[in-house]
Amino acid sequence: MASGIVSYGVYIPRYRIRVDEIARVWGDGDEISESLRVFEKSVPDLDEDAVTIAVEAARNALQRCGANPDRIGAIYVGSESHPYAVKPTGTIVGEAICTSSDFTAADFEFACKAGTAAVQACLGLVSSKLIDLGLAIGADVSQGAPGDMLEYTAAAGGAAYLIGREDLAAEIEAFYSFTTDTPDFWRREGMPYPEHGGRFTGEPAYFKHVVSAAKGLMKKIGTTPDDYDYAVFHQPNGKFPVRVAKMLGFSTKQIEAGLVVPMIGNTYSASCLIGLAATLDVAKPGDRIFVTSFGSGAGSDAFSITVKEKIDEIRCAAPSVRDYIGDAEYLDYAMYAKHKGKLKV
Amino acid sequence: MRSVSIIGIACTKFGERWDVSLRDMIAEAGVMAIEDAKITGDQIEALFVGNMSGGRFVEQEHIGALIADCAGLSRLHIPSTRVEAACASGGLALRQGVLAVASGYHDIVIAAGVEKMTDVSSGTAADALASAADREWECFFGATFPALYAMMAKLHMRRFGTTHDQMAQVAVKNHHHASFNPVAQYHMEVTIEDVDKSPMVADPLHVLDCSPISDGAAAVVLVPTETAKRFADTPIRIVASAQASDTLALHDRRDLTTLDATVHAARQAFAQAKIEPRQVDVAEVHDCFTIAEILAIEDLGFVEKGQGGPATEEGMTALGSLLPINTSGGLKACGHPVGATGIKQAYEIALQLRGEAGRRQVDEAEIGLTHNVGGSGGTALVHILSR
Repeated sequence: MASGIVSYGVYIPRYRIRVDEIARVWGDGDEISESLRVFEKSVPDLDEDAVTIAVEAARNALQRCGANPDRIGAIYVGSESHPYAVKPTGTIVGEAICTSSDFTAADFEFACKAGTAAVQACLGLVSSKLIDLGLAIGADVSQGAPGDMLEYTAAAGGAAYLIGREDLAAEIEAFYSFTTDTPDFWRREGMPYPEHGGRFTGEPAYFKHVVSAAKGLMKKIGTTPDDYDYAVFHQPNGKFPVRVAKMLGFSTKQIEAGLVVPMIGNTYSASCLIGLAATLDVAKPGDRIFVTSFGSGAGSDAFSITVKEKIDEIRCAAPSVRDYIGDAEYLDYAMYAKHKGKLKV
Repeated sequence: MRSVSIIGIACTKFGERWDVSLRDMIAEAGVMAIEDAKITGDQIEALFVGNMSGGRFVEQEHIGALIADCAGLSRLHIPSTRVEAACASGGLALRQGVLAVASGYHDIVIAAGVEKMTDVSSGTAADALASAADREWECFFGATFPALYAMMAKLHMRRFGTTHDQMAQVAVKNHHHASFNPVAQYHMEVTIEDVDKSPMVADPLHVLDCSPISDGAAAVVLVPTETAKRFADTPIRIVASAQASDTLALHDRRDLTTLDATVHAARQAFAQAKIEPRQVDVAEVHDCFTIAEILAIEDLGFVEKGQGGPATEEGMTALGSLLPINTSGGLKACGHPVGATGIKQAYEIALQLRGEAGRRQVDEAEIGLTHNVGGSGGTALVHILSR
């Protein structure tokens, strides 16, 4: 029996900072935003974290399809900014969305692809009929050290996907993963900000893994880029997903709908899941979507998805990605620093 | 002293070689050079390797023994020596190999160069490179290599009217040359506008005025000329090998717009080869920055002092012109794994003189020159090669 997406919901904090404002503080000049193809990024409010963002996204997913939360048999939350080192995010989400206690939960971490790893875990349990519905979430309030290149893109946001077998809004036909031990980006225990290998994060990390996973999936199921109406790739900046699409033979038109990073920055575990949500916001029944995530460390999960009739019924029952993008309030660097806890008193 | 010839050459792909280590690259270059020379490992009598800073870049010293070991030659117990003269380490290894054969001490010698620079952050790499300048009198006061060459550029501009467009033309030309070189780090062409628009490093030098941080290795096999024909159809004779030194710190120099070490090494080399600069058909010069190529073609005697900028602008040094400079793409576009550069220059010139340089071949090249500089000019090596 087919499995896939029963519903989806996103959440993006209202606050934004313009990349030019960050560049003003560090004296990097106006060309940074153009070179990254990222112009503003989302910033969490003072009391927002990966948990509150995950809860908002999960509530939107449930609201969109009207499913009874008690049907959820598993909650997996992928993040690299879980507020607790020990103490699950998933349990707080479960309590907040009023599930019964009859579910399993765990927190995932795989840099920016923990969210798609959660989707895969849910697909396994759902497809094998061990559970009815699974809730897979990617949510982050990602960290970028002051003055580091990451600070220009590290943003906040979340996406939740209800995975099931019935009433599918979109079927996930197949997935393929490509994983190696590649230390391109990491954050050690107790450290406030991640470190990265500069240009090493490009060719041997992002491009190698995204290309390998994408090609691996298309080979596995015998498809080509022409078979898809839309494609979504992990969006650490505005350049990489555009370049990798071109390398794989996807057109700019195919990735346009899901390319949200120029307006909200890199939402890490939520990045390509928000891109997929933005695509589901506009896709028609029958459309095919190709999705490939990337997590540093490193690995990529590629998915082949077909949109079902149900999408038209549920789409408008919760805020769209564009609704969140359009609702923006801008901060200067000082307020941004306060919001992100960069000011220590 | 015996005449020395090159019978085998090899160069690995230059660039960000994240998939290989220092030892992988030197083994790759060594094996390719031995195969090119049609000799076996057992015939090698000595090894010299240029490496600037294995200790800083990959935390590995004792590179001499390492390369003999990696090449599978440890059981032969041959002498294997690492030499260092900052960015001129490769040229110095070539000269040590030449001296070893010329003196009669050895009959078959490998001169190689290797550097693995991309395993560390760019800040660490910049600091390792800065150790080629005067740490106490330059680096401690904030000078980096781009800053030192920027000072030379500023004075050259003021004294001779050299323009940044003329410097940028060096980058334009060398990127064009590199587009024909399969082992080059960069194959993309750049325009003067691209150079101007690239981020400023040290006024007037932009990012695209600077050579990159690179990984790579190269090797050549040296034998006495009298036996060279037994191994190779077209052995390349080394008709001059010269080395000169100067003050380590730029501010102690007689003249900031002249590298006296280059002038002295060139003078010796042309005397040894008994030729004039105008007889050189093709040259690889040390363009660590675009201004450095302009200084080099002046100090080597190819053009009058102060005329390097206009000569470059007029295309005199481009492929297809009177004196093609840096057909490999130079340090600027072929890449600059510092210890390997001097050997890569010899590889490129030998390739040209053999007539095997493909789309970047210089017609009827008979005489070629290599020019390798350490630091801001504390060391310079000039070799002249002939068919």
